[in-house]
Amino acid sequence: MSVRHALLALLSEGPKYGLQLRQEFETKTGEVWPLNVGQVYTTLQRLERDGLVESDDAGEDERQKGFRITPDGEQELSDWLCTPPDQTSPPRDELVIKVLVALELPGVDVRDVIQIHRRYLVELMQQWTRLKEDEARFDLSLALVVDAELFRLDAVIRWLDSADGRLKRASAEPSRTVSPAVPRIRRGTGVRR
Amino acid sequence: MSYLELHQVSKVYGVGATEVDAIRDVDLSVEPGSLVAVMGPSGSGKSTLLTIAGSLEDPSSGEVFVGGILLSKMSRNDKARLRRRSIGFVFQDFNLLPGLTAVENVSLPLELDGLPARKAHAEGMAALEELGLADRASHFPDQLSGGERQRVAIARATVGDRQLLLADEPSGALDSVNGEAVMRMVLAACHRGLAAVVVTHEAQLASWADRVVFLRDGRVVDQTMPPPSPESLLQPSPIQ
Repeated sequence: MSVRHALLALLSEGPKYGLQLRQEFETKTGEVWPLNVGQVYTTLQRLERDGLVESDDAGEDERQKGFRITPDGEQELSDWLCTPPDQTSPPRDELVIKVLVALELPGVDVRDVIQIHRRYLVELMQQWTRLKEDEARFDLSLALVVDAELFRLDAVIRWLDSADGRLKRASAEPSRTVSPAVPRIRRGTGVRR
Repeated sequence: MSYLELHQVSKVYGVGATEVDAIRDVDLSVEPGSLVAVMGPSGSGKSTLLTIAGSLEDPSSGEVFVGGILLSKMSRNDKARLRRRSIGFVFQDFNLLPGLTAVENVSLPLELDGLPARKAHAEGMAALEELGLADRASHFPDQLSGGERQRVAIARATVGDRQLLLADEPSGALDSVNGEAVMRMVLAACHRGLAAVVVTHEAQLASWADRVVFLRDGRVVDQTMPPPSPESLLQPSPIQ
């Protein structure tokens, strides 16, 4: 989550004070991402240093300063919106590692390990769904945040289900043992063009 | 008291070398007003469990109670009456009768149960209105979208004095927005006091339930604990 670009987005609507930016940030992200006021002012100072925002000359008191976006700031915001986040490198996923380790350990039923994680994730999804049921119908920002989290958790569960299915098939075919070798995946360094 | 109870229910198909245990020693109870999801992959026994709970199939062993009555003690006619009056079914492919309009589909089970046609029609209309489908009442299934068809199927499954709703992958063929609408309707039925069981392989669907029971190779292997308040999700550590 880029606080820097979120603040630029809020300032693109018009000049604002620091405390106002903090309040609007939390409201527009469904209050899921709390932001402390220190972070807001530190980020604004950096944006000003980089020429992306300008402030009123209101002396030393940061709270009295109004901030507005510069043309360079508008360009930075536009570039950021259209630049895909780097998703080319597979993350070093702790859950994947746990399942791979469980596969190798004698006396550990990897499908039981998968079920423990599946249950935890479904319980987490139940909590997010309750939030949607109770509040999100009336709050578009929160609904979008909750949906994003539900789809993310759902994807992890789908992977667990797929792994469970593969392990079941592998155990039914003793001649085709599960290879302990994990293919080397070249880790990219940037966004695919 | 639970409206639906399964005690040590097993179902075996085939004999000898071809014998397959579809479900084994399943215990399940569902209270009025609660939604239970049974989650598992294809072939885990979910649909078998649902058909046994709905009295469409007999178990090989074990006991099934619906509304406190032991199904094995009921005659075929009594079971058919129970299904018409007290149990609503929702399937992935809707199972609407193509030659009947939406309201005729919804009111049919009431008419079959002896309610005068005019009264059954009025109840069918009321059920459709509740699901926002009053303006689709005279449309035939092929004139409805997938989401609308499933809403009609839910109206049919909850019309009258139904106590138990059994749904098999009810949003399987729908997009996520329509799938969510379907689950909101199932939940609304539970809030009116129905007991509901949804079987699914989808976590997004199961997450609407009060309790999720996990089925693997025909056995119940796990279930969720009652979820804590979602408020805890709104207090993560501040972002960097």
